[in-house]
Amino acid sequence: MKTFVYIDHFKGEVQPASWEALGLAKSFGTAIALVFGAGVDDVVKAAVEYGADEVLVADDASLGDYRAETYASTLSALVLRQAQDTASSLNPNLILFPTTARTREMAAMSAVDLNTGVLTDISDLEVNGESFVATRPIYEGKVLEKTVCSGKPVMATIRGRAFPKPNREEGRSGTITKVAAAGEAKSTVEGYSASESAVNLGDASVIVSGGRGVSNNPSLTPPDGMDEKQAEVWRAQQGFALVTDLAQTLGGAVGASRAAVDGGYITYAHQVGQTGKVVAPDLYIACGISGAIQHLVGMRNAKVIVAINKDADAPIFKQARYGVVGDLFQIVPALTQAMKKKLGK
Amino acid sequence: MKIIACIKQVPDSEAKVKADEGVVSWGDAPLVINPFDEYAVEGALQQKEALGGTVTALCIGPESAREALKHALAMGADEAILVSDAALESLDTVGAAKVLAAAIQKIGGADMVVFGRQTLDNGAGLTPAQTARVLGWPMLGLAGSIKVEGGAVTVERVLEEGRQSMKANLPAVLSVVQSIGEPRYPSFMGIRKASKATIPVWSLSDIGATAPTAIVTRTELMNPPAQDTAIEMITGETPADIAEKLADKIIAEKVL
Ligand SMILES: Cc1cc2nc3c(=O)[nH]c(=O)nc-3n(C[C@H](O)[C@H](O)[C@H](O)COP(=O)(O)OP(=O)(O)OC[C@H]3O[C@@H](n4cnc5c(N)ncnc54)[C@H](O)[C@@H]3O)c2cc1C
Ligand SMILES: Nc1ncnc2c1ncn2[C@@H]1O[C@H](COP(=O)(O)O)[C@@H](O)[C@H]1O
Repeated sequence: MKTFVYIDHFKGEVQPASWEALGLAKSFGTAIALVFGAGVDDVVKAAVEYGADEVLVADDASLGDYRAETYASTLSALVLRQAQDTASSLNPNLILFPTTARTREMAAMSAVDLNTGVLTDISDLEVNGESFVATRPIYEGKVLEKTVCSGKPVMATIRGRAFPKPNREEGRSGTITKVAAAGEAKSTVEGYSASESAVNLGDASVIVSGGRGVSNNPSLTPPDGMDEKQAEVWRAQQGFALVTDLAQTLGGAVGASRAAVDGGYITYAHQVGQTGKVVAPDLYIACGISGAIQHLVGMRNAKVIVAINKDADAPIFKQARYGVVGDLFQIVPALTQAMKKKLGK
Repeated sequence: MKIIACIKQVPDSEAKVKADEGVVSWGDAPLVINPFDEYAVEGALQQKEALGGTVTALCIGPESAREALKHALAMGADEAILVSDAALESLDTVGAAKVLAAAIQKIGGADMVVFGRQTLDNGAGLTPAQTARVLGWPMLGLAGSIKVEGGAVTVERVLEEGRQSMKANLPAVLSVVQSIGEPRYPSFMGIRKASKATIPVWSLSDIGATAPTAIVTRTELMNPPAQDTAIEMITGETPADIAEKLADKIIAEKVL
């Protein structure tokens, strides 16, 4: 059984679920990593160290900026070449991707080229010979479906943290084969502004999230000269500072509800939920978040959920393992202190 | 500018959806325009306002999907087209993309096709890029803002890693995200206009397409495993007291 695993990266920064996909592929047999980009030696090295049996690298200036068209064409050409070459030992039955904005696009397009389909956001994959049955959420995760793809190769994007991450073996060596870039880009990248803080919610084992409630501390007096909206954002930043302290104490990442993102309290990169990141940490602490369905679908697979909310009727409590009815401005800093003490920090 | 907004009809987000003897049921919850596609209509209308032109709402679905198209008309779309055919019962995203592409060609002369980021029911988020691929047009995905100038469109793509500005020549396919702006409410006049509008229904033969065979199919439907939601409320005299107890509980869970 041969599987291609697409290693998704943004300017060399690999989406960790790529390694989980590699681990899954290895559990079925031969795992062949695909790395596309320009100047991607570090990514290739990491792919080998995470256990790729072989790495196919398209390292080309034309792939320097991700564009769906060129990435999809490079992938399609690679698969077609293997399929035509009967002697090829690399003809894949399955192509796995981590689920990201980029992989959804390139897999989507490549599936059109290859007359196959994409199973997105899968949390389980059963293999019977050459047939694959994937489990994926539909209707915002209210229902799950098992789904199959009759095309070849089957393409599937995996959900982050749904499959174990393989260990990295520093210094491991492996076969690296150069392949050609293909296709013509139909767009140009004009500029890029990074989120000011690097967040990797998908990979975090602890997430502390803030919602609209983080702006609700009437006893804080904002600096003079702020209008109402500025004062609200200023208050929210004080709230997020407390959330961040707790996250750092626990070695975790900071998440947010959409209300907090829309309110301008924090950047979109932090958003958890249906239109943000779907996460599955070991511990999720929701502070001042009501628990709307669109937020819940993003975090309800966390192992342990803690909710801190001053409204005892907030729906988030229906999802939580532990709940505190109280003011987050009091509870969160107290919890940070208690944790520091107990963890010896 | 001739703009097409692709919309789907789905059960309302508040609906209690469940698997019921092998089919999806949502009780008597209403069917509505896919919430992500409201942003697509909003994005399309903003461009029409900025540049002049028309907005056409396009939907593949059963007769009942007229209601979703009426919502787009009430928001301000100029016309709506429903593609409906008994042969389209089980459609995967590649199939939907082929049918949408054929309808877009039949409408003709489009400068821009705007999609939502994903459907609420299937949630694949594949159809926009697949439609772009079938048409051979550029794909600008997850746009938080759109600017058209001199035959080209520039979008700000909202990614986890930050914002990326991308430019392509028209015609182009776009998908939009919430940063585009809250979808406008239908006006009273809009609702009246929509209720009187005739919505043409095109069959597959009308758009010169053959019924696509689904490559991706469902074999089983399940309700998610019931969660053990036995919540334990932590109470105490003071915040410090509560925090102390909560910290012990968290540590005992061995998740750190
Ligand atoms: C199509 C669509 C997609 C969406 N996608 C997402 C998504 O990806 N992610 C997401 O999160 N939402 C999403 N939403 C929005 C979602 O419906 C909710 O509006 C949002 O999650 C609410 O955020 P919130 O809980 O922070 O705010 P609110 O619902 O306003 O809740 C604030 C909570 O804070 C509590 N509170 C206030 N002050 C304090 C205090 N001092 N101490 C403690 N508690 C306090 C209140 O009791 C309240 O429960 C989406 C909506 C739609 C329609
Ligand atoms: N049946 C349909 N009719 C019109 N547009 C659709 C249809 N299905 C999907 N779309 C469009 O494609 C987007 C992504 O759908 P999906 O790939 O199913 O998540 C949606 O937000 C719509 O804009």
